[in-house]
Amino acid sequence: MLKISKYVLYDILRNRVVLAYTAFLLLVSLSLFQMEENSSKAVLSLLNIVLIVVPLVSMVFSTIHWYNSYEFIELMLTQPVSRKKVLLSEFAGIGSSLVTAYLVGVGIPVVLYNFDSTGIALLLIGSLLTLVFTSIAFFASIKSRDKARGIGAALLLWFFFALIFDGLLLVILFAFSDYPLEKVIMVLSSFNPIDLGRIYLMLQMDVSALMGYTGATYKDFFGSSAGMIYTFGTLLLWMIVPLLLSLRSFSKKDL
Amino acid sequence: MIKIENVHKQFKKLKALDNINVDFNKGQVVSLIGPNGSGKTTLIKSILGLVKPDNGQILFNGISTDKDISYRNQIGYMPQIGRYPDNMKIGQVFQMIRNLRGTDHKIDEELFYRFKLDTMQDKTMKSLSGGTRQKVSAALAFLFDADVLILDEPTAGLDPIASEVLKEKIIAEKKKGKLILLTSHILSDLEELTTDVLYLQDGKVVLYNSIKELYDLTGEDKLSKAIAYVMKNGNQQQEFHYRKIANG
Repeated sequence: MLKISKYVLYDILRNRVVLAYTAFLLLVSLSLFQMEENSSKAVLSLLNIVLIVVPLVSMVFSTIHWYNSYEFIELMLTQPVSRKKVLLSEFAGIGSSLVTAYLVGVGIPVVLYNFDSTGIALLLIGSLLTLVFTSIAFFASIKSRDKARGIGAALLLWFFFALIFDGLLLVILFAFSDYPLEKVIMVLSSFNPIDLGRIYLMLQMDVSALMGYTGATYKDFFGSSAGMIYTFGTLLLWMIVPLLLSLRSFSKKDL
Repeated sequence: MIKIENVHKQFKKLKALDNINVDFNKGQVVSLIGPNGSGKTTLIKSILGLVKPDNGQILFNGISTDKDISYRNQIGYMPQIGRYPDNMKIGQVFQMIRNLRGTDHKIDEELFYRFKLDTMQDKTMKSLSGGTRQKVSAALAFLFDADVLILDEPTAGLDPIASEVLKEKIIAEKKKGKLILLTSHILSDLEELTTDVLYLQDGKVVLYNSIKELYDLTGEDKLSKAIAYVMKNGNQQQEFHYRKIANG
């Protein structure tokens, strides 16, 4: 498997998109830390950017890369290599390069300016989100045969998780505002990896004190070690389930 | 060596393979012949596992190809349209495939040198002409001295000299007693190579005979004429069938 991943990585390094992504993250993070006096405030701004940019780039890049390496995949499959191996090697290659880009681009500034538990949590959540959205993008691109459809599906999914889902949550909140909804919303937010990451990170920060009673309920849960395990476990599930689904449909696909 | 049992494949409404049952054995050179869209490439791709049949199974030396992929170690495949990663160089493609197959294979680089691919190792795949791509595909198919060679339109797009080189190579491999599956529309190319003919139409096997039997059957002594005879008679049968339907 490593043999194939090596070629995938080699191909990714050649097209320089990942390098540009790294440079972009580095630039944004460094300038945020430079501008803000208080570094934990900078982490909060950084969080908001990371939650938008990381899923978007992971999805679009993975989808495009999948379609561009279709020839490579076909060539592999005429050789004694199983489909599972090909797919997992692709995933490992793309995932590891995007995570490395994130850890260099955001990790270095965070280590320099704000190396505490919040900073580490930001790095962990960002890396996990990268893998989650790479895996979702794989599923979308295996399910749709042509490139335009695949990228369209990836963008729609991103749009859903980044914006529409929150809108739906707000609608529910308004409609049922007479009822206690803290627990329900907590469960619902597990259905959106971006939200889950956001809530978890917000509650690691001081700003959660401003969120009143709801904030206190959340803090009780997400602040505890059970909450941490729950968050990371759910994110891991978000990575593994789409990957398994992709494996299943890829092993039945005609090339 | 390869046993195809009740294989069905449907693409949307099109029946690409309709209940195929055939056996291929060592020492045979089987020509797959049939009109465009008769299921030749689909059959080949099913053997390679690139297309998954809806029904039935394909056995390679008694083992289902669906269960164990190691049988592909014994296959050299030349696709109809070779598609390769655009950014890779010729040398890198060969290096990569050799790396994947492992080092315990005998390497046969005759075609690699005879096609002069060694002189253009640094060209990227996207800059190659169609013919050169075919040469790369051919050289890759023969590289590991595999027991089974599957060649989909091997001479299409090759210049006459390269085409001759390839034919000589196929004959040499035939003498080693390998199983070779060929498709081509140029029947004169097949004539000197083939030992058996598998004629497909609309995904069905119309005939699968040795070339001698075919000549006896049709009373012809040239492959092209024999096939023309089969096609004509096949069509007549079909027309008759249609007329029967029309007359109710």
